[in-house]
Amino acid sequence: MMPNAKITGHFKTTLGNFDLDIALNIPGDGITALYGPTGCGKTTILRCISGLHRARIGHFIINEEVWQDKNYFRPAYERAIGYVFQEASLFPHLTVRANLLYGAHNNIALDDKQFDQIVDLLGLERYLDQFPKSLSGGEQQRVSIGRALLSNPKLLLMDEPLSALDKTKKLEIMPFLERLHNTLRLPIVYVSHDLDEIEQLADYLVLIDEGKIIASDLLYKIQSDPSLPLATSHNAAVSIDGSIENYDANYGIARFAVEGGFINVPTVPMNQGDRHRLKIYASDVSLSLESGIKSTIENLIPAVIISCQKNNASQMIVVLNLGHDLNGSKILARVTRRSWDRLGLVVGRAVYIQIKAVSLVRNKE
Amino acid sequence: MDTLISENILSPIFLTLALAILTTLILLVVGTPLAWWLARSRADWKEVVAALVTMPLVIPPTVLGFYLLILLGPDGPGGALASLWGLKTLAFTFPGLLFGSVLYSMPFVVQPIRIAFEAIGERPFEVAATLRASPWRAFWTVAVPLARPGFLTGAVLGFAHTLGEFGVVLMIGGNIPGKTKVLSVAIFDYVEMGDWRSAHILSACMIIFSFCVVLFMNSFDKYFRRKI
Repeated sequence: MMPNAKITGHFKTTLGNFDLDIALNIPGDGITALYGPTGCGKTTILRCISGLHRARIGHFIINEEVWQDKNYFRPAYERAIGYVFQEASLFPHLTVRANLLYGAHNNIALDDKQFDQIVDLLGLERYLDQFPKSLSGGEQQRVSIGRALLSNPKLLLMDEPLSALDKTKKLEIMPFLERLHNTLRLPIVYVSHDLDEIEQLADYLVLIDEGKIIASDLLYKIQSDPSLPLATSHNAAVSIDGSIENYDANYGIARFAVEGGFINVPTVPMNQGDRHRLKIYASDVSLSLESGIKSTIENLIPAVIISCQKNNASQMIVVLNLGHDLNGSKILARVTRRSWDRLGLVVGRAVYIQIKAVSLVRNKE
Repeated sequence: MDTLISENILSPIFLTLALAILTTLILLVVGTPLAWWLARSRADWKEVVAALVTMPLVIPPTVLGFYLLILLGPDGPGGALASLWGLKTLAFTFPGLLFGSVLYSMPFVVQPIRIAFEAIGERPFEVAATLRASPWRAFWTVAVPLARPGFLTGAVLGFAHTLGEFGVVLMIGGNIPGKTKVLSVAIFDYVEMGDWRSAHILSACMIIFSFCVVLFMNSFDKYFRRKI
């Protein structure tokens, strides 16, 4: 559990054919993702937090403000939340501008500057005087995000805001969400069943199944914990945040400083000091004992094996620590059991990891 | 008799218009919260109330009129109420007529508004709540504008239905010129007396007027719908 957790809650309620029993303890800033299969209770958790659903037993405290406890239940309309639903759910009888301002009536701090800033952030200038029905799905969802933000929330709840959109629309909204995350200091609870989305956006992850929490920790810790389903899944990966050390304009390669080492990534020109999130799939990482091998692979980085787990009859998943002290970034590698035995690898062994491919998933500015 | 439209032909027109307008206004005020409750309540017995509201649709107007006569008459609660300001009965008075019309036209106003409220669904109200709108504010800024077509339909139907009311009026209002003699009763009287010309004038006026009301309401609604 996070020692500096600012949002705590406990909800017990009955959901159709199973019981939801969730004890939340999440950071008071950044994006926390709730991840789990459809029907596991993710949306109900958001509804409990927002006050749209009253849990039979529950309490909820955010930054020392009690929203629910044994004898008290604050109704939804008195909670400082922003809620972005799966469908944009704009008011059809109001213009985009009136939709945006609907929740702003008690946002005393709102001035033209803040309005313009959010309209600009979400790229909505062009649509202000139109009615929602003339907007595309992605545009509507952007308006609903802006509308939630302009009500001056202390907590933003997003319920699969991208799931109703097709791939292109998703790619259109994703940058806005990233800018949101970078520009506004606002805790966000983000529900999704799309791991790609989460690995791109989330800082903190809560794994949920059948109304229970399986794990709750920083994203990379959950990704690299072989006892949890993410690390052993077919497309296991880790997300690592790094900043650009230098950019080789001649070859178009950026050198990222991450905890415990450097990672080279071919990319479009970038500025020194820019922060980005790198995503490395376990299947793109291999291990070797020597540093001297000649190879076309860009990244050959010293690391230490810290744990391993048999994945199936032929494969195992290996957790590595970049560099030589144990504070380095964690990397996953998927190797065959035969090669593991052939190289005589053991936990604690220093090795070199070769990374075939790295993707840049998020601009952290 | 030189003038085409005499004094006593105009009086039922004004009386009917007053009755229909007042009935519609009262029904909008009373019927809206009732329709809201019928649309949103989870109470088991709300269907009992809904059935009561719908009853005037299925029972013969004379039956409704007969019971209203008892209710409003000197021995009923209406008579007791009337005694407060020195009258003996509410039957054969304009307020009595108004009360009867409100009951009689209630389903025509409540039902369309209820259906319109139900069609909005839960989501817009949840959105409003998450945007810090109190239930009161959500009602005025979300429910009422989104249910506008239901209000228009209800108002037109309630108005038109009161215009054409006959059985109930005859039972509880009688035929007092200037006080309770409404259009439909006046037309009936003219035909009885063989004054077909006056009956024609009133009937034609009623048809033209009704047509104008419906046309206006429809165009009004279309104008708004185009905007959205």
